[in-house]
Amino acid sequence: MLTLESATVRFGARAALDAVDLEVAEHETLCVLGPSGSGKSTLLRVVAGLHPPDGGRVLLDGADQAGVPVHRRGLGLMFQDHQLFPHRDVGANVAFGLRMRGVSRRDQEHRVGELLDLVGLPGAERRAVAALSGGEQQRVALARALAPRPKLLMLDEPLGQLDRGLRERLVVELRTLFGRLGTTVLAVTHDQGEAFALADRVVVMRDGQIAQAGTPLEVWQRPASAFVARFLGFDNVVGATVAGTVADTVWGKVPVPGGSPQGACDLLVRPAGVRIGAPEEGLRCVVGTRTFRGNHVAVRLTPERGPVLEAECALRDAPEEGSAVGAGFDAAETVVLPARP
Amino acid sequence: MTTTRRTRQLAASAVAAALGVTALAGCGSSDDQASGSGGTKGSGSKTVTLVSHDSFNASKDVLKEFTEETGYTVKVLKSGDAGVALNQEILTKGSPRGDVFFGVDNTLLSRALDSGLFAPYQAKGLDRVAADTRLDADKHRVTPVDTGDICVNYDKKFFADKKLAPPQSFDDLAKPAYKNLLVTENAGTSSPGLGFLLGTVAAYGEKGYQDYWKKLKSNGVKVVDGWEQAYNEEFSGSAGGKKAKADRPLVVSYASSPPVEVLYAKPQPKTAPTGVATGTCFRQIEFAGLLTGAKNEAGGKALLDFLISKRFQEDMPLNMFVNPVAKDAKLPELFTEFGATVDRPATVAPDLIAKNREQWVQSWSSLVVK
Amino acid sequence: MAVPVAFFALFFAYPVAAIVGRGLKVDGVWQFGRIGEVLARPDIREVLWFTSWQALASTALTLLIALPGAYVFARFDFPGRQLLRAVVTVPFVLPTVVVGTAFLALLGRGGFLDELWGVRLDTTVWAILLAHVFFNYAVVVRTVGGLWAQLDPRQEEAARVLGAGRFAAWRRVTLPALAPAVAAAALMVFLFTFTSFGVVQILGGPGYSTLEVEIYRQTAQLLALPTAAVLTLVQFAAVGAILAVHAWTVRRRETALRLVDPARTARRPRGAGQWALLCGVLLTVLLLILLPLGVLVERSFDTGGGHGFDFYRALASVDAGGGTFLVAPLEAIGNSLQYALVATVIALVIGGLAAAALTRRAGRLVRGFDALLMLPLGVSAVTVGFGFLITLDKPPLDLRTSWILVPLAQALVGVPFVVRTMLPVLRAVDGRLREAASVLGASPLRAWREVDLPLVRRALLVAAGFAFAVSLGEFGATVFIARPDRPTLPVAVARLLGRAGELNYGQAMALSTILMVVCAVSLLLLERIRTDRSGEF
Repeated sequence: MLTLESATVRFGARAALDAVDLEVAEHETLCVLGPSGSGKSTLLRVVAGLHPPDGGRVLLDGADQAGVPVHRRGLGLMFQDHQLFPHRDVGANVAFGLRMRGVSRRDQEHRVGELLDLVGLPGAERRAVAALSGGEQQRVALARALAPRPKLLMLDEPLGQLDRGLRERLVVELRTLFGRLGTTVLAVTHDQGEAFALADRVVVMRDGQIAQAGTPLEVWQRPASAFVARFLGFDNVVGATVAGTVADTVWGKVPVPGGSPQGACDLLVRPAGVRIGAPEEGLRCVVGTRTFRGNHVAVRLTPERGPVLEAECALRDAPEEGSAVGAGFDAAETVVLPARP
Repeated sequence: MTTTRRTRQLAASAVAAALGVTALAGCGSSDDQASGSGGTKGSGSKTVTLVSHDSFNASKDVLKEFTEETGYTVKVLKSGDAGVALNQEILTKGSPRGDVFFGVDNTLLSRALDSGLFAPYQAKGLDRVAADTRLDADKHRVTPVDTGDICVNYDKKFFADKKLAPPQSFDDLAKPAYKNLLVTENAGTSSPGLGFLLGTVAAYGEKGYQDYWKKLKSNGVKVVDGWEQAYNEEFSGSAGGKKAKADRPLVVSYASSPPVEVLYAKPQPKTAPTGVATGTCFRQIEFAGLLTGAKNEAGGKALLDFLISKRFQEDMPLNMFVNPVAKDAKLPELFTEFGATVDRPATVAPDLIAKNREQWVQSWSSLVVK
Repeated sequence: MAVPVAFFALFFAYPVAAIVGRGLKVDGVWQFGRIGEVLARPDIREVLWFTSWQALASTALTLLIALPGAYVFARFDFPGRQLLRAVVTVPFVLPTVVVGTAFLALLGRGGFLDELWGVRLDTTVWAILLAHVFFNYAVVVRTVGGLWAQLDPRQEEAARVLGAGRFAAWRRVTLPALAPAVAAAALMVFLFTFTSFGVVQILGGPGYSTLEVEIYRQTAQLLALPTAAVLTLVQFAAVGAILAVHAWTVRRRETALRLVDPARTARRPRGAGQWALLCGVLLTVLLLILLPLGVLVERSFDTGGGHGFDFYRALASVDAGGGTFLVAPLEAIGNSLQYALVATVIALVIGGLAAAALTRRAGRLVRGFDALLMLPLGVSAVTVGFGFLITLDKPPLDLRTSWILVPLAQALVGVPFVVRTMLPVLRAVDGRLREAASVLGASPLRAWREVDLPLVRRALLVAAGFAFAVSLGEFGATVFIARPDRPTLPVAVARLLGRAGELNYGQAMALSTILMVVCAVSLLLLERIRTDRSGEF
């Protein structure tokens, strides 16, 4: 469906996109995940034709898009801050793309009604855009992007500005919706939760390059680098030397799964893999802040040597702040990452 | 109805013109749409174009008569004051916009003649024209059409109230009795202003005029920029001046101004509210000529003949407030009754004016204005 | 971009270059030595100095007096606001001779000040400066006020909440947002006053002379083209320098702003301070603008023995005593409106395209073009008029005797207005709205029409109003262009004033009054065209 071949964009000396190769299959939802400045927004702009690539190609259904202006690409793009037309009402916003394609007025009205139903705002046609809440604006923006049935729908931080509860609900709604409509989606976000909930496939970007690509599960289970691991929210990453099933780290010996790469590397220990026991067992730590997260507690431990360690434990097992504990490691929750270049 | 349609057409073709500029520029043959009805037509045309200044005017009947007599329709183009109109012709010499130019006066004549603007033609009936107005009598490049006198006008009521005799000559104006009474125009920008200056040059010579102006200045002469301002704002004898509570009863204007005051007053007064100081006059003679490169030469010649015909000469005074040059033309009653006869107006030879004009104006300006 | 460039090249750059070339080229060789000769003349230097400082002083004074007015008209809701806003634009269209008359009645002998305090300001610089304020008040009120009304007051409120005082909030939040509009207004006022012609002559007397007057004299009276050419170049240099300063100050300030519906920002004044401000502004308008205009109206009814409609009746008859015109003066109204309409359309098309192109592209070249568009304001009408004569003389562009030349010349002055009023607002439009439209399938032109145009419609109307007013009152170029059978209102007024006699003077005043009414009504109608906010398909 969409293919990027070593797409490159430079802003001065800095490469916002550095020879990126990317493929989005029909009916697939692909999420590009990365911190701000990683080039993910530029990626969308290049695909949309809002920014010409300095090198490489963009292909849609195999056709090179060089020289095809934005408005002829037949894409949908939902902007980060929606960019609803302030001088038009909801209905006119949603109908805009249809109008540009010369759809008859009756069909426009029909389709607008259909989409507003779809996004959960039935009958909102005549409402003023300025009077909408953030979530409603989001839905209108989505309806507007979907109305002309774009080949590819692009979402720029689709849920970025919304509050948490709404975001979690909308993610599910979106996923269901895209599944039902069979829409091909390319979304960019900096929020890994959003990406994993929405995407069939995830691409993590760093400094204009693809750091890792795979299904959410793959990326989650086996981050390709310390960068990806940290970006996914894992802070327990240390340098290590692996020999057999044991890694030698600043925290002491940590067991790793069999078949892990050997030698110098980065080691990720998931919080769930940190077991808290009596002070005399394992690595001696002082308990720092505890954060309650519904069914578990995240505990920050300051070990006697090495960086801060994050652990996860059941509510009733949570140690007192300031108390001394011992930390042990579970091989099933450790991942050997390739060494830093 | 017609107006709306016309407006829409105008607007449409304007947009077309604006947008089609590039196309037009590259396009060799273009229909004459944009230039409207006024497009210049080829020779043998029945239209003769008269180029003149803003003050030109003629009765419709008279122009119709010309058409009936000769078959030519007169089209008049007016652009700017006399100086501007002439300069435009000089700039477009060789590719003139019209066939005949009317409105070059003796202060500008040399410039026009030197530039080769006019083609010689001896108009029929020239012998009826006063000899002293025929300044190009050898070559007949220009034909005199009218004369006008630039003179000091006075507010009759003011002098009657003050029981003071109005001034009659240049000398009078410098007398203490008339202190702070005169307003004149900037000789650098206004043609009556220039005329008055030239009058003083004629009266006192190239050496003496500066001394005269020094006297005038110490006698409180006021200089404003243009005739409109002097006459309508500063001169107590005019309609505008009365409303503006003007306090200058003497103004440099035209000998024909008093009759005009009478003509444009309602109800018409028995006597003119203003008078003319006949000893302060400078004579302007206006000429017409056939333009070099005229498209309709025959029509142009016919028009020149017509300009000095009795019919036109008698119609002219009430349209342009000037005097006819044809000796057989009768002045309208308005002029004979309310106007002044200027017996010995000052004049300066055109070539002398051409040579010294800028210098005279400059020294005048540094003397009086600064 | 191509259309405005072609327009300017053909109807401005080429004619002006040609007339300058005529003056400075001898046998095909440029005589640049003449520049030094002319500039060495002390009288020329004096003119240059006076021209510059009076323009700067006028601009400063105009901003000082008109900025509070801009605020009041933008933010306060009071009865008669629209009418008053149209009326303050009226001076703009009046021929200078008429304005001079009106102003003398205020400042001169027997004038308002004279009667009250015995102060006479005519033939002083103050008269010139105040008259320039009178003329240009509307420029500031309309360009600055237009944007001001659309600024979101909540931003200033946010600053207040953050601890900024009323003035500090204004200075730190509103002023920077307004800066481009203020700079644009200042620039235009400067250009107008720099090239001031009639006002300086009538109110200052012949002792004061501007560059413009000197150019007119050298060109139109003396046909001293070399001197005129040098002066034109000097004028270019001066205007160019000002434009450069303007570009430099504005460049970084034009940013995306939060624009809101102007109807939401206006409210009734609250508190003594705001009422005082409103009253102060209204008093200024009354004294400075309404009073002089009132004098003209009064004189048009003053028939000597009493008051009546005599002069108006006289206007309706073609041959009111001799026939000053080949057509009835009332027909001049129709002519004026037609010319003004055509000129406005041209100015909007050219200016709109230029503004749109300037919004989208950045870079040195474009900025240069931006400045170029302002140049017609700083070039003498006589230069352009004479340039037309010697350049547009060959088919297919033999336009010398064509009526289109009048609106074309008028549009030259209108275009800078359109560009200047629209550019700040256009630049304030968030570019991503445009992108949103184009992703949804709108071509660049369509996106402009669908997104920018509705958002800038208000600015567009302001611009159209200006272009209309400018061409309605335009005199300089119109008199050069020979269409005696179709005189415009200002031309008709000038012809009437050029003759002695009470009826002529009265008719001139009556026609001036009509010109005022026509202008005010046209502008009011223009403001009535409301933006349709409900999102029609």
